[in-house]
Amino acid sequence: MNAPRFLLAAACLLLASTAHAADTAAWARVLFLHDHNTRVVVVGTSLLGLTAGVVGSFLLLRKRALLGDALAHATLPGIAAAFLLGEAIGLQGKSLPLLLTGAAVTGAIGLGAVLVIRQLTRLKEDAALGIVLSVFFGVGVALLGIVQKTPTGHAAGLESFIYGKTASMLRSDAYLIAGAAAVIAGVCGLFRKELALLCFDADFAASQGWPVRALDVLLMMLAISLTVIGLQAVGLILVIALLVIPSAAARFWTDRLGLMAATAGGLGAAAGYLGAMVSALWPKMPAGAVIVLTAAAFFMLSMLLGPARGILPRAFRRIALAHALTQARRP
Amino acid sequence: MNTPFVWMWDLDGWIIAAGVLCAMSCALLGNFLVLRRMSMMGDAISHAVLPGIAAAFLLSHSRDSAWMFLGAAAVGVLTAVLTQGVHKLGRVDESAAMGVVFTTLFALGLVMIVRAADTIDLDPSCVLYGSLEATPGDLWLLGPWLVPRAVVILAAVFLINLTLVAVFFKELRLTSFDPALADSLGISASAMQYLLMTLTAVTTVASFESVGSIIVIAMLIVPAATAYLLTDRLGVMVTLSLVIAALSSVFGHLSAISVPRWFGYVDTSTTGMMAAVAGLFFGAAVIFSPRQGLVTRWLRRTRMSLRIVRQDVLGVLYRVRELHEQTMPTNVSASAGVDVGKISRAVGIGRVTAAFCLWRLSKTGRIMPDPDGYQLTPTGLEEGRSLVRSHRLWETYLRDHLALPADHLHSPAEKLEHFTGSRMQARLDVETQHPRVDPQGQQVP
Amino acid sequence: MIIQRPTGSEHSLDAALSIHDLTVAYHRKPVLWDVDLDVPEGSLVGIVGPNGAGKSTLIKAAMDLVPKASGRVMIYGQPYRKQRRLVGYVPQRESVDWEFPVSALDVVAMGLYGRIGWCLPVTRKYRDMALAAMERVGIADLAHRQINQLSGGQQQRVFLARALAQDARVYFMDEPFAAVDAATEKAIVQLLRELRAKGRTALVVHHDLQTVAEYFDRVILLNTRLVAHGPTTQVFTSRNLHETYGGRLNLLDEAAEAIGRQKVTA
Repeated sequence: MNAPRFLLAAACLLLASTAHAADTAAWARVLFLHDHNTRVVVVGTSLLGLTAGVVGSFLLLRKRALLGDALAHATLPGIAAAFLLGEAIGLQGKSLPLLLTGAAVTGAIGLGAVLVIRQLTRLKEDAALGIVLSVFFGVGVALLGIVQKTPTGHAAGLESFIYGKTASMLRSDAYLIAGAAAVIAGVCGLFRKELALLCFDADFAASQGWPVRALDVLLMMLAISLTVIGLQAVGLILVIALLVIPSAAARFWTDRLGLMAATAGGLGAAAGYLGAMVSALWPKMPAGAVIVLTAAAFFMLSMLLGPARGILPRAFRRIALAHALTQARRP
Repeated sequence: MNTPFVWMWDLDGWIIAAGVLCAMSCALLGNFLVLRRMSMMGDAISHAVLPGIAAAFLLSHSRDSAWMFLGAAAVGVLTAVLTQGVHKLGRVDESAAMGVVFTTLFALGLVMIVRAADTIDLDPSCVLYGSLEATPGDLWLLGPWLVPRAVVILAAVFLINLTLVAVFFKELRLTSFDPALADSLGISASAMQYLLMTLTAVTTVASFESVGSIIVIAMLIVPAATAYLLTDRLGVMVTLSLVIAALSSVFGHLSAISVPRWFGYVDTSTTGMMAAVAGLFFGAAVIFSPRQGLVTRWLRRTRMSLRIVRQDVLGVLYRVRELHEQTMPTNVSASAGVDVGKISRAVGIGRVTAAFCLWRLSKTGRIMPDPDGYQLTPTGLEEGRSLVRSHRLWETYLRDHLALPADHLHSPAEKLEHFTGSRMQARLDVETQHPRVDPQGQQVP
Repeated sequence: MIIQRPTGSEHSLDAALSIHDLTVAYHRKPVLWDVDLDVPEGSLVGIVGPNGAGKSTLIKAAMDLVPKASGRVMIYGQPYRKQRRLVGYVPQRESVDWEFPVSALDVVAMGLYGRIGWCLPVTRKYRDMALAAMERVGIADLAHRQINQLSGGQQQRVFLARALAQDARVYFMDEPFAAVDAATEKAIVQLLRELRAKGRTALVVHHDLQTVAEYFDRVILLNTRLVAHGPTTQVFTSRNLHETYGGRLNLLDEAAEAIGRQKVTA
C-alpha cells in the first residue's frame, strides 16, 4: 500500500499551508521539536493518536464504535467525585492519578450499566448508550457544579477535561500517556489474534472454548484506559473522535486487519502530531479540536482515494471492469 | 452554610417552567427516536449543532435571531445527511459514520467559537450545560407580563413539536414501526426521519443557552426509554414520557438546590440534576416496572413457584392417601396424615417453605391438621385429585402422541400438570381415549 | 414427585455424540422439547424440519452457544466442555460480516487458533496447514483474496476449510448447502463422504428434502420435539415427514403457551 507515502504528502501540504502564516523560524522550531514544551505535547498527542487508532480498529470491527462515546461521557462524574474525595481527605485536590482513577471507575460503571440495560430490559444498544451517556454526564455536571462552588474548586479547572487542554500538558502527563499508550498498544499486539477472532466470529470462538466474554471485557478495558488518558489531551467529547475517525479512515486503505490497525495508528499519530503543532503555532487554536479536524481531513481523503474501498478507486475499478467486458464481447 | 434554601416564585418558578417545557419538547420527539433505534442521533445532533450556532453568531452578532434556528436546523439535517452519505458511499458502519460526522462538526464548532472569542461572547460550556439559573434574568415584556425569554422560546418550541407530532402521529407511528410498509403505502419514512431530525435540531438550539445540550440529550432518550419499559401502547408511552420529563425537571431543580446542602455544599447545576433525576426514574422503571421490572419479575416467579409447590403438596397428600387406601382398603377413615418433614422431603423444598405452604393451604381450607400432621379437606382432595389426574393424562398423551419412552414421561408431565385447566384436561381425556391407567400402570383418578 | 424417574437410560458410551433430555426455551416459548438421541461414530446425519423447528438451536445448544433449560451433551462419553477441541463448527454463512478485513487464509487459520495457543503468532507451519485444508475443498488459489471478493459458494467452502483445518472428530454444520452453486454442493458432499471414510461424524442442518436420502445415512426429524431419529432408510418415511411438517400437537402447543402466559402475567 502507498499509505505512508500519502501521509507524508499530506503532512507536507498541511505544513506548507501553515508555513506562510507563522514565520519560518517558529514553525521550523516546532516541526523539529526544538521547543521543550511543544515536544512534550506533540509526543503525548502523537502516542495517544497512535494507540487510539489501534484500539479503535478493534472497536470498529466489533461494531461498538459509539461505545467509546458513552464511556467517555461516563468519566465526568468520576473526575468530579475524585476531586471532592481528594478535598475531603485533605489531599491536594487536583492530583492527576486520583482524578484519572475516578474517571476509570465511573467509566467502568457506565460500561456495566450499558451491559445491564441491554441484558435485562427490552431496550436496544442505542438507547442503552444514550441513557448511560446522558445520565452519567448529567451527574458529572451536577458534581462539577458543586466543585465550582468550593473554595478551591473553581481554580482547579476541571472543565478542561471536557474540552481538553493540551497546552497545559506537563512532562509527567506526557510520560503517563506514553507509558499507558505503550501498555495498551502492547496488549492489543499480544492479543491481536484473539481479538480478531472475537470481532469476526464470536460464536465460532465460543464453540472452540475461547472465553468470549473475557475477551470482550478486555477490549472494553482497553477502550476505557485509552479514553481516560485521552481526557487531558483532547477532552472527553473529542477522545471518541480519535477512537472512531482514524480506524474508519484506515479501513479504506487496506483489506488486512493488521495493516488496517497499523494504518489507523499511523493516521492517529499523524493527526495528533499535526494538530498539536498547528495549535502551538497559531494562537487561539484549541489542540483537541484541531487534532480531530486533521483526522477528519484524513478521513475525507481516505474515503475518496483509499485504494481498498475508497469511492474513486471503486468507481474506477467498476468502469475498468465494464470496459473489459465490452472489449471481451467484441469478436 | 446550612441555611435552608429560600423558594422564590419568580426565580425558581421560571427555572422550573423553562426546564419542564424543554424536557417535554425533547421527550415528545424522543419516543420516536427510541422506537426507531436512533437514540444516538439525538446525541449526535445536539453535539453537531455547535458550528451552526457559532456561524449564526458570527453572521448576526446576536443570540436571538431567526438565523440561529435556520443555521441549527440546517446543521441538524446536515448531520443526518452526512451520516447517511458516509454510511452509504463509504460503506462505513452506520454508528461509526455518525461518530465521524458529529465529532468533526463539534470540533469545527469549537474552533470557530475559540477563534471568534473576541467578537462573540459564547462560552462552549454554556452550550453544553447551559445556565438555567440565569433564565429569570433575561425578561421579555409579553403583554402586561414580564416573562423570561427562554420560557417564551421554549413554550413556542413545545407547541410546534406538539402540533407536528399530533398532526403526523399516524405517520410517525407507522414509519417507526414498519418503514417498508410505510413506504409502500406512500408515506415516506425518510421524510418523517428528516422531520424528526429538524425538530430535534431546532429544539436543541432553543434549549442550548438556557438549559444546555446535555439536558436535551438526556430528555430525548431517558423519559421515552423509561415509558417504553412501562407500557406497550404508543399513545400511553408518549403521555408517560411527558409526565416523566416534567417530573424530572421539577425534582431536578428541587434537588439541585436542596441535596448539596445535606453534604455541606451550597447548590449545584439544575440541568445536571435533571438528567440525574431522569436517570433515577429510569432505574426505578428497570426495577419496578409492572411487566418488565426486575423485582416484579422476581415476585411473579416466586409467586408462581409457590403456587406450584402448594399444588405439589396437595398432590403428595393425595398420593399418600391413595397408597393408604390401596394398602388398607378396609380402614379408610384411619389417618393418612403427613408431617412437615415428610412433605418437605417429598416435594423437595426446605422446611420453612413447606411450613409456609402448609399454613397457606390450611388457611384457605384445603388441608387440616390431624394427629400425624396434615391431611386433605374435601376441597383439597378434589384439587389434589385433579392435579394427579392431569399428570397421569399427560403421561399417557406424551406416550401416545410423542412416542416418548417410558422414562421420559414423568418430568414433562410434572411441569405440564400445573398449567392444565379443566378444559384442557377434558380434551386430554378425549385425545387419550379415556384411559383407566397411565403408562406407569397407575390409575387415572 | 414421589415417582422416581428410572435411572440409567441406556445410552451407549461409544456414541460420538449423545444428547440427553435437551430442552431449550427462548424467553417464554420452548424451542426444543426434551430431545434425546445418540449418534454413532462415522455417520452423516441430516437435521431436517420446518422453519422454526429448532434445528439451528439444537446444534447451538449442543455447543453451549445458547443456554439450555435442561439436558446434557456428551462427546465420546465425556461432557462437551471437556471435549471442545474434538468439535468443529460451521456456522451459517450470514452469521458473520464478510466485509471484515481478513483474507480467506486468515479465516481458515482461525480453526487452528486453539492449537496455536494464546498470544502466539500464526507461523508458516500453521499457514501451510490452513492452505492444505483449502486445497481439500478446492479453493487454495483463493487463499489471499479478501473474503468479500468470494462468491457465496466460495465463502461457504472457506468455512468448511476452517472446520477441516481443525481436524475435529464431530462436526456441526448449520445449513452449509444454503444458496450455494452446484459445484460447491458437489464439493461439500464429496467432503462429507471423505470425513465419513475417516470415521468422522457430521451433523448437518439441511433444508432440501429431495437430497436427504442421497446425502445422509441418518436423519433427525425435528419439530420442536424430536419426531424421529435413525437410519435414513427406516426413518425418512412419508408418515414421519407428514408428522414433522404437518400438524403440530395442538394440546402441547397450548400448554406451552399457557406456561409462557403464566410466566409473563401471573
